[in-house]
Amino acid sequence: MTTAEATSTNAAVAGLQVEGDALHVCVGGRWALEQAQPRFEAVAGGTTTEIGRASVRRMTFDAQALDHWDSSLLIYLLQCQDYCEAHRLEFASAGLPAQIPRLLALARAVPERVQTSSPPSLPFAARLGAAAIRLGDEVMTAVGFIGEVALSVARLATRRVHLSWRDFWVVAQTNSSGALGIVTLIALLVGVIIAFLGVVVLRRFGAGYYVSYLVGFGVLREMGALMTGIIIAGRTGAAFAAELGSMKISEEIDAYTTLGISPIDHLVLPRLLGLFVMMPLLIIYADLVGIAGGMFVSAMMLDLSVKQFMNGMLAAVTMSDALLGIVKGTIFGVIVGIAGCMKGLQAGSDASAVGRAATSAVVLGITFIIAANALIDWLAALLDL
Amino acid sequence: MMPSPLPSRQPSTDLLEVPVIEVRDLTMAYGDRVIMQDISFSVQRGEVFVLMGGSGSGKSTLLKHLIGLKAPSKGTILFEGDAFDLEDDVTRRRVLRRMGVLYQNGALWSGLTLAENVALPLEEFTSLDASTIQDIVSLKLSLVGLRGFDGFYPSEISGGMRKRAALARAIALDPDVLFFDEPSSGLDPISASRLDDLILELTASFGTTIVVVTHDLDSIFRIADRALFLDIHEKTMTALGPPAALRDHPPSAEVHRFLTRTSEGSP
Repeated sequence: MTTAEATSTNAAVAGLQVEGDALHVCVGGRWALEQAQPRFEAVAGGTTTEIGRASVRRMTFDAQALDHWDSSLLIYLLQCQDYCEAHRLEFASAGLPAQIPRLLALARAVPERVQTSSPPSLPFAARLGAAAIRLGDEVMTAVGFIGEVALSVARLATRRVHLSWRDFWVVAQTNSSGALGIVTLIALLVGVIIAFLGVVVLRRFGAGYYVSYLVGFGVLREMGALMTGIIIAGRTGAAFAAELGSMKISEEIDAYTTLGISPIDHLVLPRLLGLFVMMPLLIIYADLVGIAGGMFVSAMMLDLSVKQFMNGMLAAVTMSDALLGIVKGTIFGVIVGIAGCMKGLQAGSDASAVGRAATSAVVLGITFIIAANALIDWLAALLDL
Repeated sequence: MMPSPLPSRQPSTDLLEVPVIEVRDLTMAYGDRVIMQDISFSVQRGEVFVLMGGSGSGKSTLLKHLIGLKAPSKGTILFEGDAFDLEDDVTRRRVLRRMGVLYQNGALWSGLTLAENVALPLEEFTSLDASTIQDIVSLKLSLVGLRGFDGFYPSEISGGMRKRAALARAIALDPDVLFFDEPSSGLDPISASRLDDLILELTASFGTTIVVVTHDLDSIFRIADRALFLDIHEKTMTALGPPAALRDHPPSAEVHRFLTRTSEGSP
């Protein structure tokens, strides 16, 4: 057998001819998904005019030359069946292997579900309005969630809630010793950056000595709290959202609710409290590391001794600057906790929902941290703090 | 509606024919903890083979070995006479291409529509053009009774439909062997029986070999040609044969209790 012959016997073959009142379909060869198959439209293309002229009533089949078949043949036959339906021909499956009519019947057993057409695209104004309404809804849900958390805190204060201490300590641990590495690195670098900025700018005016003022104010009032808040939003806020989101998917949240246990009391409160307690400590640590970083740069570039740096800084910086930073950081912690838990509890029910919840928790957390920072700075300026 | 009556099936009885799956002296273990040992059996072409046993007996672990998700601690698993080498990527793909697996909860990819779920194995393993793939996808979805559900996401359909959609994905490549992990779990009796019908119909029509993990007795007696019993206490297989024969002549008390649904204390 030559190669050409081998190929021809192995290929799927389909033929079509008009015999009396029948449209005779001949299938043969090897029908397999891996190789190219004839399509009914292509085979029928040449004979349609002939079919039109003849008084064809039915479609008959000959599968004697059929070697092997799989789904590909079924697809071809379904195309034949569609053609029969469209042209009101009888589909006479007698010549086909016994299993095929059963499979064709199975494929046609359930009527096709008509897909509901997608709603027409709305004009720009309508889309804008819908987006505004959605935003309004989201704000309302957020306000509602914050209200629930506040009620839960009130219940805790009046000892009507049994706090889950295990969760609390886990959160406290991950946000203290667990976060020290990254906080150290970032705070140190931020201190170094502020000092570099100060040295470069202030030296031009011969006021290099005052770099200690800048480092003190910058780290204590702003950057210590801000950078720690952002780190915690990325680290802990995302973790809260992912954790609660997975619990939502596996119906663990529902299990709390049906037991009459508020998921807010049991899951959100210990997490928030853990952050609330640990954030001030983390901020104090970040402040110290940041100032050390600034001091190091000043010593390197301006030959300021530690004593000179500290004297300079303490002459200008007061306790209220440090306290302002700590209060800010604590507020940031609460923002991160609320954003993370809220997005987690609102997560959808598929696998990608957890990812979306974590992403939006981080975005929401960071956005509100920056906004809160601006607001607090403005208030502090008003109050001359 | 399912066409009935079901066609008769003729599992291969020719002993000379190479079994589709052959397991020799398999030991399964998680680390040092041995789950089951001395497991040997073979599955013939066109057969419906059931792996049964109590909860925690290692049925699903055995299935994971058969579909190449876990390597044996000892012993060999042959697929049509070839050792199923997990390391060799080419043989692995070639063997996996011919298997279809229906996982317990469907395991449909939630980020893809039903049509995309069924199309993915076709795009991955064949070089068919998009319109042919589309045709195959609609055919497979029609076969499991989900015609026209192409654009739905798994989260938008019911549990029974998800399972059927997962079956459509499992049969996308016209596999020689289909594996089912607890097909009836989480389904109501009607849906479970409909799925059994579908399993039998596909075996009969395509000549597919079927391996089912289940402890659903109705299903076992209805679909199984032969069944293997894994005994959690003995840590090995204690019975192999047609389920009705095992029920009538149980080789051990545990098999008898399992197949007659009685507990140790009851008469």
